[in-house]
Amino acid sequence: AGFYTAQHLVKVSDVSAQILDQSFLSQNPVPIYYVQVDIYERLPVPFGLVRFGVAPDHPEVKNVINTFTQTARHARCSFHGNVRVGKDVTVEELQEAYHAVVLSYGAEGNRTMGVPGEDLAGVYSAKDFVGWYNGLPRNRDLRPDLSCETAVILGQGNVALDVARMLLSPVDILKKTDITQHALDALAESSVRRVLIVGRRGPLQVACTIKELREMVNLPGTRPEMEVSEFEGIAETLKALARPRKRLTELLLKAAIETPGKEEFERWNRAERAWGFRFLRRPLEVLPSTDLIRAAGIRLAVNRLEGDGEGVWAVATGEVEDVECGLVISSIGYKSLPIDPAVPFDARKAIIPNTMGRVQQTAGLYCSGWVKRGPTGVIATTMNDSFDTARTLLQDIGKGTLDVSTVKPGSQAVSALLEKRGVKPVSFSDWEKIDSEETRRGETRGKPREKMLDVGEMLQVARA
Amino acid sequence: MVFTRGPLTTQFTIDTPQSNMARCLHLGSFLFTKMVNTPRISMGVKTCLIKTWTPHSQGKAISIHSAIHYNSENNSLSEEKVIIHFINQDGIKTTTAVTEGQTLLDVVVNKNLDIRGFGACEGTLACSTCHLIFDKTFYEKMEPIVDEEMDMLDLAYGLTKTSRLGCQVTVQKWMDGMTVQVPQEVRDAVGSKGSQ
Repeated sequence: AGFYTAQHLVKVSDVSAQILDQSFLSQNPVPIYYVQVDIYERLPVPFGLVRFGVAPDHPEVKNVINTFTQTARHARCSFHGNVRVGKDVTVEELQEAYHAVVLSYGAEGNRTMGVPGEDLAGVYSAKDFVGWYNGLPRNRDLRPDLSCETAVILGQGNVALDVARMLLSPVDILKKTDITQHALDALAESSVRRVLIVGRRGPLQVACTIKELREMVNLPGTRPEMEVSEFEGIAETLKALARPRKRLTELLLKAAIETPGKEEFERWNRAERAWGFRFLRRPLEVLPSTDLIRAAGIRLAVNRLEGDGEGVWAVATGEVEDVECGLVISSIGYKSLPIDPAVPFDARKAIIPNTMGRVQQTAGLYCSGWVKRGPTGVIATTMNDSFDTARTLLQDIGKGTLDVSTVKPGSQAVSALLEKRGVKPVSFSDWEKIDSEETRRGETRGKPREKMLDVGEMLQVARA
Repeated sequence: MVFTRGPLTTQFTIDTPQSNMARCLHLGSFLFTKMVNTPRISMGVKTCLIKTWTPHSQGKAISIHSAIHYNSENNSLSEEKVIIHFINQDGIKTTTAVTEGQTLLDVVVNKNLDIRGFGACEGTLACSTCHLIFDKTFYEKMEPIVDEEMDMLDLAYGLTKTSRLGCQVTVQKWMDGMTVQVPQEVRDAVGSKGSQ
C-alpha cells in the first residue's frame, strides 16, 4: 500500500486535476506540485506482504514488485529500511520533518480463537505459519510439528487455502518456488495427509475466491473429501446468485458432491492426500494430548444458519463434534496494531480512524491499505485504496487544508536523529545488494531466490 | 481551429512538442462525461499539450481532451493501423493507432497511456486491474472467454456484461474504431468517490 500511495504522489502532481469544483478553480489558481516521498520500513527489505504474504507458488502476483521498484528508483522517492517508526523515530518527529505522513503499515497481528488449548504445541496462527514458509525473520524459529496425519485449518479465506496448498502440494512443485529452504525441508518430511478447512457458516459464505479453489481441485496427488449433507439445498440457490458467487459455488459443488469423470476418478483413486471444507463448525477447545503438551484434537460446536441473503449468521445448535488432529492453524483474520501513542487507533475495528484516508482529528496524517480499511481484499482493492489516499492528500494541498507553505527538512532531519540514536538506514540500492545475493543463492538451487532469514545477515550484505 | 457543434463553441490551440517524432491532430470527436478544465501533462515525447478554453457565459462548460500517439517505431505508411480509443477513469479519451497482434495491455504499456494502475500483474491472470469495458457489438465478436480469465474478471471493480481483461484481448483489424473504457470514477466537489 505504501508503494502504491508513493507511486501516485511522485507522478507530476497536477493538484488541480484532483479538484473538480469549477468555481473553486476559477478563483484559486492551483500550481503544479512536485512531491518528494520518503518511505520508512522497519525491516531492511521492502515490499511487505508481496514478499512475506503472497504464497511461493503465486509468483505472478509478485510482478507488482517491478512497478514498486520503478517508484523507489524515482528521483523524488527514497527508501529507508531498518527504521522502526514508533521506536527509532516517533510519528511526531516525522510530522515535524514532513508536510504529511502516510501510515501504511498493515496488520502484523492476528485475531485469536480465544479458546482453551490455543497455546498448546501444534497450534499456530496462519499469520505465523505463512511468515514461516515465506521467510519473515520473526517466524524463522517456528518449527511447526508436521508429524501428524490430520491438520485442521480454521477459516475459509484465501490465506486458509494458501496454507492448505503448502501442506499438500507435491514437494517437486514447491522446490522450484521461493519458499524458504527450512520450510521445504520440513514439508518434505511431513506426515500430514489430510487437511480440513473449517468455517462457522455454510458453503455460500466461503470467503475464498475461485482461482484458489480451482487450484485445490486441481492439486496433483490430492482428492477432495467432503460431507454431502453439508451441501443440502445449495444447488437450488444457484440461479439467484451473482456470477462470481455462482461460479464459485458451482465449482465447490462439483468437487464436493458430483460424480467425477473417468480421468478425475482415476486421479482421485491414486491420490495419497485429501482435503475438504467442513461447514457450520466453530472451535470450542483444542484438546490436549495425554502428556498435556501438544494438540491432539479439536472440539467444534455445530451451527445452523439463520437469516438469508447477505445477512446470514451462525447459531449454535448445542451439538458438539471432536476431530482428531495434531496441527491446528487459525486463519480467521489478520489485525492491525497501534504504532505510536500520537496516532488515533480504533481498538474495536483495529484500524486507524479516518475519512477517505485522512486520519481523524490529526492534521497532516493519512493512512492507506489494511491499516485504513481492515485486512481484506486483493491487489486491486489495496491499489485503488492507496491511490484514493494519495488523491485525498493532494486535494488537501490544493485546498490549503494541508499547509505546504513552510519549508520542511524531510529526511535530513530524520537522518540526523537516527544517526544520533545509532540507527543506520538501508537504502534502496543497499536492498538491491540483498536482492542480488538472494537471487544468486536461489539460482544454485533452481529457485527464484533463497530468502535471508536473519536481519543481521541482511544488514551485513547491505553494507558490504 | 474552431469547432462548432450546436449552441456551444469550443476553441482549440495546439502546442506542438519539440520532437518531430509525433504530430498532433485535432480530433473531431467529443467526450462529455464531466466538467474538467485541466492542462494535461504527459511524460512521453509523443503527446501534445492541448489547451482548451470554454466560454463561461454559456451555461454548461465542456472541455475536450484528446491526444494521438503514433507508433513511432514503425512509420511505414503501408502498415495497416488499427485505431482504438481508450477512456480512462476520469473520462479522458485517448486515441491510438496500433498494429495487430499485441494485447490491449501491451498497447496501454507501450503507448504509456494515462490509465491509473493498469496491469499490475503484467498480464499473468493474477489480478483484475486491466479490466476494460467494451461496446456490445465488439464484445460479441471477440474470442470466447476461458475459465482462468473469468476467475479473475469476476473480482474486477465495476464489472459489466461486456467486460474483459485487456491482457487477454488481442488487437485485430476488425477492431478498427473500437472504444474501450475502464470503470468511471465520479468525484463530486467534496471529493467523495462514487461510480457509474
